[in-house]
Amino acid sequence: MPDAPALRLDNLTKRFGTHVAVDAVTLALKPGEFFCLLGPSGCGKSTLLRMIAGFEAPSSGHVRLGEQDLTALPPHRRPVNMMFQSYALFPHMSVAGNVGYGLKGLGRAAASARVTDLLRLVQLEGFGDRRPDTLSGGQRQRVALARALAREPKLLLLDEPLGALDRGLREETQAELRAVQRRLGTAFVVVTHDPEEAMMLADRIGVMQGGRLAQVGTPADLYRRPASRFVAGLLGDVNLIAGRLGSAEAGDTRAVQTAHGIVRGSATGLPEGTAVVVAVRPDDIVLGTEGLPVTIADTVFLGDRLRRTLRLPDGTVLRSSGRPGDAQDPVGSDIRLGFAPADAVILPA
Amino acid sequence: MTWVTRAALMLGLGFLYAPILVLIAYSFNASALVTVWGGFSTRWYGALLADAPLMAAAWVSLQVALLASTIATILGTLAALALERHGRFRGRSLFTGLIFGPMVMPEVMIGLSLLLMFIGIGVDRGIVTLVIAHATFCTGFVAVVVAARLRGLDRGLEEAAADLGAGPMRVFLTITLPLLAPAVLAGALLAFTLSLDDLVIASFVSGPGSTTLPMRLYGQVRLGVNPEINAASTLLVVLVSVFVLLASWLTARRSRV
Amino acid sequence: MRAGAPGRLFDRLVRLPPLLWLAAFFLLPFAITLKISLSEPATAIPPYLPVLDWQGGLEGWSAFLEALNFDNYATLASDALYCDAALGSLAYAAAASLILVALGTPLAYALARAPARWQPLLVALVVVPFWTSFLIRVYAWIAILKPEGLLNLVLLRSGVIAKPLILLNTDAAVIVGLVYAYLPFMVLPLYAVMNRLDPALREAAADLGASPTRVFWTVTLPLSLPGIAAGAGLCFIPMVGEFVIPDLLGGSETLMLGRVLWSEFFSNRDWPLASAVAVLILALIIGPVVLFRDSLRAGEEGRP
Repeated sequence: MPDAPALRLDNLTKRFGTHVAVDAVTLALKPGEFFCLLGPSGCGKSTLLRMIAGFEAPSSGHVRLGEQDLTALPPHRRPVNMMFQSYALFPHMSVAGNVGYGLKGLGRAAASARVTDLLRLVQLEGFGDRRPDTLSGGQRQRVALARALAREPKLLLLDEPLGALDRGLREETQAELRAVQRRLGTAFVVVTHDPEEAMMLADRIGVMQGGRLAQVGTPADLYRRPASRFVAGLLGDVNLIAGRLGSAEAGDTRAVQTAHGIVRGSATGLPEGTAVVVAVRPDDIVLGTEGLPVTIADTVFLGDRLRRTLRLPDGTVLRSSGRPGDAQDPVGSDIRLGFAPADAVILPA
Repeated sequence: MTWVTRAALMLGLGFLYAPILVLIAYSFNASALVTVWGGFSTRWYGALLADAPLMAAAWVSLQVALLASTIATILGTLAALALERHGRFRGRSLFTGLIFGPMVMPEVMIGLSLLLMFIGIGVDRGIVTLVIAHATFCTGFVAVVVAARLRGLDRGLEEAAADLGAGPMRVFLTITLPLLAPAVLAGALLAFTLSLDDLVIASFVSGPGSTTLPMRLYGQVRLGVNPEINAASTLLVVLVSVFVLLASWLTARRSRV
Repeated sequence: MRAGAPGRLFDRLVRLPPLLWLAAFFLLPFAITLKISLSEPATAIPPYLPVLDWQGGLEGWSAFLEALNFDNYATLASDALYCDAALGSLAYAAAASLILVALGTPLAYALARAPARWQPLLVALVVVPFWTSFLIRVYAWIAILKPEGLLNLVLLRSGVIAKPLILLNTDAAVIVGLVYAYLPFMVLPLYAVMNRLDPALREAAADLGASPTRVFWTVTLPLSLPGIAAGAGLCFIPMVGEFVIPDLLGGSETLMLGRVLWSEFFSNRDWPLASAVAVLILALIIGPVVLFRDSLRAGEEGRP
């Protein structure tokens, strides 16, 4: 659906008393995009989702879908549907009753045909007469998904859609959710606190922190080019080496003077002399004969990886992740640590 | 369970039930004297049915209980919805006080003040005044039962219905009310029981020709123990027990939904 | 539903009927009672003065206000009967509340510790007498306590006593009746609190070497205090105005305010004085109601 109207948020703000839950969020979704709002609990992501659905009235700002302004519409008038974290399946109705609840006005035969289609889509054919309390967690999740899709929403909101499932089922369901989204081409906005889940599901991720949108980008962008220490730490293990920013070199590459020598990474827009940290993922670290001096403090064998704990002379602890075949130097030996400037991001300290 | 808790349970329940069981036993005593066991008999139940004033009083009580519990159920359910679902509003604490006040207010005060008002505005006392008085003091009890159920109800269910395009009225009729039904019914049963049982308020607001069953029983109790009252009490106890067990079954069932 | 005008209209419609009903049949009657308590008794219909002259306009109002006085309250304060009745009501209610705490705590604890599958049945067993006719439950004690009643019969037959004890129409009978009638009021909120206590707390205390008795006194009981407060409040407040129990089980010297109000109204037909007694009862319980408001609210959740 390339011409489907896409969601746009303009300076959307929500205050509860003096507390600012969502702080001037501006965001434009692409049509048919799978978008994830990622952040720790209390960062405002659920409030943002509830404002898009219409359950919370924004203190200021606008919610738009294409040219239509949704801000003043009550939830039942919005062409947007939501899948609730608790699933909120109506316990007094059958599965078919739940899925067909939003199809009022479609006519009995048409509604029933649509329910059958939806149940087939989520692989629950023949479950129409069952009660929600007779279903497993995974089945309930799929009923909730089918119900939310029944009205062919222009945008589907999912609040921690996999939060209630156990680990094994989760990964399977992530794949299914993506498959359904691809097939329908409907834009999905998923709220989650799980970075791995966000990276697995999303075309783009919006990281939220303290009510603000800290960074928006593809999973690879955020992982490789985090804009802040918070984002860097959220999306996986990261090494931070403190130093002071030196002068510009070729392209984005800049030198950083650390306590133990000069390292290089990429930075944009920071003035010379700024206190910075160089962020490097453990799998980008190369151990050898060049770079900063470190002592190997510990080595752990993890099957497909070999994880080393390293210590700089000033006590800073770093981690590296390498192939098991690399294991040569014993614990306690002094070696040198380096990385390609393109793999390191320089961030404000 | 240790023997201590077991003993506490047995003694406690024994204390609660012994007097009632004694009463039931005596109602089947052929002898009119409490001290003498004259063999098993249902003669007092026969006498009861032949007691026209008592039967008339029972009929009054039944009518009043039915009407009063219907009104109290509607008002109490609305009150619970206002308190639990419709959030903050001006005068909320006054509203709360009005709903729960009649529950803690001694019955003599409710009865007296209602009577003074009925006389003040010149309303004839009778079934209507009884119904008004009983509906007033039962509303809070219904509200408590329904509000407890509402608190346990996932708010997401109502939001999900609104999200699926249902307006406030459809959300209420298709989601809130069906899920609330067991509590509403339990509240109605309790209101019915309370109305059927009330002596003090009824004594104030009833008029000539609208003597209720408890008033009639009270008049006779003051004259001493009487086997016919034992029989009437037994019937009332059995009736109320059935109602209460039904109500608690309805409330217990909700936890599975 | 919070957003949007139709929702707000719906909200208002929901709270209007109970609000109007209770304003008309609970609040207004109280205002009238308060007004009559400031009037003088008269041999007329209605039997009090002044009666507000609605047609009299402003002059009617001022004449009406000038005629109001505190004579009835002066009577209450000067006549020992009313002071004794007030003190008596408080004393009976306080004594019965204390006994209820002592009896209700072990019973509630036993309920909370009973096997989970038995608990709904056991709670229902406590609830049933609570809703069973109040009058009949009090009446049952007459059959037990009267001179030729069951208790004397058993004691005489077993040779514990030689001649029947006077049990009925005594203070003890009133206390027994109060305790019996209000026991479920005490047990249910207390059970609700105890049932919610995390069993791990008890287990942790036991694990640290506390005996079951010590666990009860140092962990269960302190954490159950809100329930005890709720139960005691729920019992004390209505007991202050109790009428049926002192009337049927008490003697002629058992003075409680509910009974005084009743006889002022029905026997003496002194409506203004009866109204003043009603206001006095309200004054006595308003303190506990405010004091216990929060715990009462917590306790209500434990009600059937």
